[in-house]
Amino acid sequence: MSAADPFKELKFRDPERARALADALRRNVEAIGRPVSVMHVCGSHEQAIARFGLRAVLPDGLDLIMGPGCPVCVTDGPEVDEAVALALGGARVCTYGDMLRLPGTRLSLADAQGEGGQVDVVYSVAQAAEIAGRHPHQEVVFLASGFETTAVATAAIALTEPPRNFSILSVHKYVPAAMEVVAESPETDIEGYLAAGHAATITGWGIFEPFAARTGCPVVVAGFEPLDILAAVVKLTELMKERRPEVFNAYPRCVTKEGNLPAQKTLWKVFEQRDGVWRGIATVRGGNLDLRPEWSRLDARRRLPIDTSAVRDASAAAEAKGCICGAIMLGLATPTECSLYGKQCLPESPVGACMVSSEGTCRIWHTYGGVPDLRNVG
Amino acid sequence: MCLGVPGKVVAIDGLKATVDFFGVRKELRLDIVDEPVTVGDYVLNHVGFAIRRIPPEEVQETLALFDQILEISGAKDDLMAADVRGEIAAGKDKAS
Repeated sequence: MSAADPFKELKFRDPERARALADALRRNVEAIGRPVSVMHVCGSHEQAIARFGLRAVLPDGLDLIMGPGCPVCVTDGPEVDEAVALALGGARVCTYGDMLRLPGTRLSLADAQGEGGQVDVVYSVAQAAEIAGRHPHQEVVFLASGFETTAVATAAIALTEPPRNFSILSVHKYVPAAMEVVAESPETDIEGYLAAGHAATITGWGIFEPFAARTGCPVVVAGFEPLDILAAVVKLTELMKERRPEVFNAYPRCVTKEGNLPAQKTLWKVFEQRDGVWRGIATVRGGNLDLRPEWSRLDARRRLPIDTSAVRDASAAAEAKGCICGAIMLGLATPTECSLYGKQCLPESPVGACMVSSEGTCRIWHTYGGVPDLRNVG
Repeated sequence: MCLGVPGKVVAIDGLKATVDFFGVRKELRLDIVDEPVTVGDYVLNHVGFAIRRIPPEEVQETLALFDQILEISGAKDDLMAADVRGEIAAGKDKAS
């Protein structure tokens, strides 16, 4: 590629454009004339916002809040128990790295490893299927977490006729369902949403149109570079200022209205929506993605006996005492308002789910220092 | 696991591609990419799967979109001033 390669020139981090966008944002918020809150629903957005210190350039009167955008954080304790029971029962459990320390009602998969269970961290579901191919006499279970973008990858492997000793324990979640939960929460004061660009790469931006029309809140699809996010918030405040509850695509290099149709076909061929409990939040209508009955051969829940009685603490609260992860994920509180944050609850010894995953709000704030007040830095 | 990263395709073998991510090479699967991919294309990677071929002209489209958003929000003058400031800064670099 020539020197004009836009990916290498890092134009998406141009500080002059960023300053101009920040000024535009200030003018939009001044024109609205009252404090407003907007929400994004993606751990990758929060990582970019925290890492590049974007909140420090937001004007007074604008709150940019992370909602339930971490699929690991909303995976419920009893779901983790299923994987723990399988690992301790002799199956080989493969999963993504950030699932390892996620607390079950009593044990995490890391604890199960400590007790002799076999747990492999994989980068991709394809790797888990390869492990099954190399160990044909062992039941290999892939604990499949992630939103619909990640579920598509799981579905693609299901369609490749994986080894007969391979199965899937799905804890996949469907993110549009979570936005409904936030919008319906009577306590919420969110007036606009940033939608996650990668999820929309699959689903298309058209999927948010009924949501915007019904809730009166505009939705802007945003990419993940600092300029992508700033430009999207400028557009969002502009739509709010003009009271236009529309969907705008600010990530056209990856997102189209209809999305990735072959991927959607793959997803819905293998998965179906089901109501499910999201940790710390509520039962979310259509919030979980389960394997369809015709894929029962690949469904760990249908194919293997899963007895969680030995690893389940039925008396365990959904959240540890003092933990406010649920309120944080609904955008009603920030990590610094939690008495455990940075004290008893740390990345190496997480109490709440939001400190476990690299996509959890608490973990990201802890890693990047929360919201720096640049006026004090000098 | 939600990070999506763009990388450049350097080789293809059936449904598997070797992709360069700013110097790091990785195998990606092409099962669910939205359109046919050839060597030299940019793709968006998600958990080891290409989920989108990124047409180069649409990268430019995004950059143009930023300017358009700025224009609507009345910030175009700021950006021009910023360009001038940028040029002055660049000149300083050259001089030093």
